[in-house]
Amino acid sequence: MTPPTPSTPGTRLDPWFGAYAMRAHNMRASEVRALFAVVNRPEVVSLAGGMPYLEGLPLESIAASMERLIATHGTTALQYGSGQGHEALREQILEVMKLEGIDAHPDDVVVTTGSQQALDLVTRIFIDPGDVIVAEAPSYVGALGVFRSYQADVVHVPLDEHGLIPEALEETLTSLAAQGRRVKLLYTIPNFHNPAGVTLSLERRPRILEIARRHGVLVVEDNPYGLLGFGSEPLEAMRATDGDGVLYLGSFSKTFAPGFRVGWVVAPHAVREKLVLASESAILCPSNASQMAISTYLETSDWKAQIKAFQVLYRERRDAMVGALAEHMPDASWTVPDGGFYTWVKLPEGLDSKSMLPRAVTGRVAYVPGTAFFADGTGGDHMRLSYCFPTPDRIREGVRRLASVVNAERELVEIFGTTAHLDDVTDTDNPGPDLV
Amino acid sequence: MTHSPRVLVLAGGLSHERDVSLRSGRRVAEALRSANVDVSVHDVDADLLPALSQTRPDVVWPLLHGASGEDGSIRDVLDLLDVPYVGTGPRASRIAWSKPVAKSVVARAGLDTPDYVTLPQSLFRELGAQAVMAAVVDKLGLPLVVKPSRGGSALGVSLVRSATDLPQAMVSCFAYGDVALIERAVEGIEVAASVVETSEGLRALPAVEIVTEGPYDYDARYNPGRTEYFAPARLTSAQAEAVGATAIAAHEALGLRHISRTDLILQPDGTIQFLEVNVAPGMTETSLLPQAVVASGWALPALYKSVVENALPAPASVV
Repeated sequence: MTPPTPSTPGTRLDPWFGAYAMRAHNMRASEVRALFAVVNRPEVVSLAGGMPYLEGLPLESIAASMERLIATHGTTALQYGSGQGHEALREQILEVMKLEGIDAHPDDVVVTTGSQQALDLVTRIFIDPGDVIVAEAPSYVGALGVFRSYQADVVHVPLDEHGLIPEALEETLTSLAAQGRRVKLLYTIPNFHNPAGVTLSLERRPRILEIARRHGVLVVEDNPYGLLGFGSEPLEAMRATDGDGVLYLGSFSKTFAPGFRVGWVVAPHAVREKLVLASESAILCPSNASQMAISTYLETSDWKAQIKAFQVLYRERRDAMVGALAEHMPDASWTVPDGGFYTWVKLPEGLDSKSMLPRAVTGRVAYVPGTAFFADGTGGDHMRLSYCFPTPDRIREGVRRLASVVNAERELVEIFGTTAHLDDVTDTDNPGPDLV
Repeated sequence: MTHSPRVLVLAGGLSHERDVSLRSGRRVAEALRSANVDVSVHDVDADLLPALSQTRPDVVWPLLHGASGEDGSIRDVLDLLDVPYVGTGPRASRIAWSKPVAKSVVARAGLDTPDYVTLPQSLFRELGAQAVMAAVVDKLGLPLVVKPSRGGSALGVSLVRSATDLPQAMVSCFAYGDVALIERAVEGIEVAASVVETSEGLRALPAVEIVTEGPYDYDARYNPGRTEYFAPARLTSAQAEAVGATAIAAHEALGLRHISRTDLILQPDGTIQFLEVNVAPGMTETSLLPQAVVASGWALPALYKSVVENALPAPASVV
């Protein structure tokens, strides 16, 4: 027999393959994520993205003010800044939060690179591997990714049309305590929830706070959409009534522009000190240029009128979305949000939104499968639809296409009796930054 | 002085493999640029035809994976416009793109390929899914591989070891297309054998051996570290020659041109089983053809440039 050809050693195409931390082992190449590559093509109606409609902003005026900012304060704006954030902006953030009843001091505020960094910092300083974070079912995909990266154990608590259910929270925390589990954080999005679209009722808020306090659990109130309600005045934040038991996360990404990457966290003194140190070790300081641009915007523009304009615009789109769902997908059910960007759709019996995604891409429509919003990979019977970015006509067309996809998938269920597709959960199945 | 050809790389498109295509396009463009080739990269969109007419590239390299990139339709358009391109023409692309058709063609040419059936979704409805699946398992046995009859990057592909897993595999498959290819899974050494055509003629590159702990799925293909590759494959000289000859035989039987990659299984008894062929093989950082090029002793820029020059029409190749 001919001897083997001189063989070269095998390669894994990554010389550092054996060097990665355990937390990197779950970072995979994802079919689902690859499918999202088409969503920004104009042929595809994307009901997936959580991108605000920036064409609604006075872009020329913003450009002029940014030009003035660099011309007049360039040496400050382009320089390193404070780790806690630009002081003038922190004072202005107080004005923003006053609309939701929060009374704080500028020293209470830590500016972050988007509220996503605030999530990272909070998780970093509180969570050891195996600690429990309680979150709504479903919960924000970007938060779940952070929690997973710190090896937290996320336990979901159900919500309904009035938000997180206090009785379910009580039961869960009691059960976890009985198991000897250490619950560190309750992560909640009380207003116009991402992805569920529901709002925690005012009646439930003190009950949730009381339960958390009694169980010694710190509440993380994530509130990027609170000012984007479609009806009455903004609801009072949970932080407004509990300064010690709530970490409040705010953001300019939805009410102004995500490109600046400016968010903030309001925290009690001791926590805040650690957040600042953690932030400095991660990024030294948030972008001075971004902070000063937003500060200028808040100072020189009628930002409250702009928010009202966004409310009108997003309400029209919400109406287009729920109207189209009623017309084209009567067998599904969905939440009707009073604000924010998303509706949460429950598919007809037996359908799985993750399995269906390739068919949707073929049908030139995109959404985010419900599985992205659960730490355990469940949620395939739901999907998140966003109405913030596409025009009402595009929304109606997208839902019409989606209905065709659903009908085709329903036929598969009838034929094979299953579409469930449960894989291991990985961060990389999650949509990219423009979609979360 | 030799005129360096102006190349337009097509990458992106609207298929499920858009992401992979964009990466392939970037990699090839980068390699060609380092060989001093004038390269631009373009998506397949409404601006493409005006761009082709305005820039008039010497040659187009379609690096579109899936759908119009491999089913011949983009190549039809390039033919209509009399634009030279790298790769197989439309008719042969259509044949190669359909896995069952390609299998039947290479089988007629004398190559071995695993037993299979091709079944549309509608048939399962008409005849009853349970009965059809039982007949498939009865005829082909287990394990089985279920894959869309058209498609790449292992999207919608499942290895089925138990009959109870077959319904889920069918559903995953039909999410990507209406027709499924179900074939008997064969054990052996999994190799990819690439064929390139340069001024020196048609040649098989060293086969690349693929070793994974699980299936060679999307993650195993595009997540560096998941898969161990041996380039060249750990074969005897005779085996390596036979694998190369099989790839060339498949390339020729299917009427392919310039570049192709054939996926094969070398069984313990020496039989070489043809699985499928790609007319637009992946060119990403983890793809198989570039590894084969390096294993052959070529530098990627030089080989890609040679492939491009070979695709130029004869009169334009001499300046």
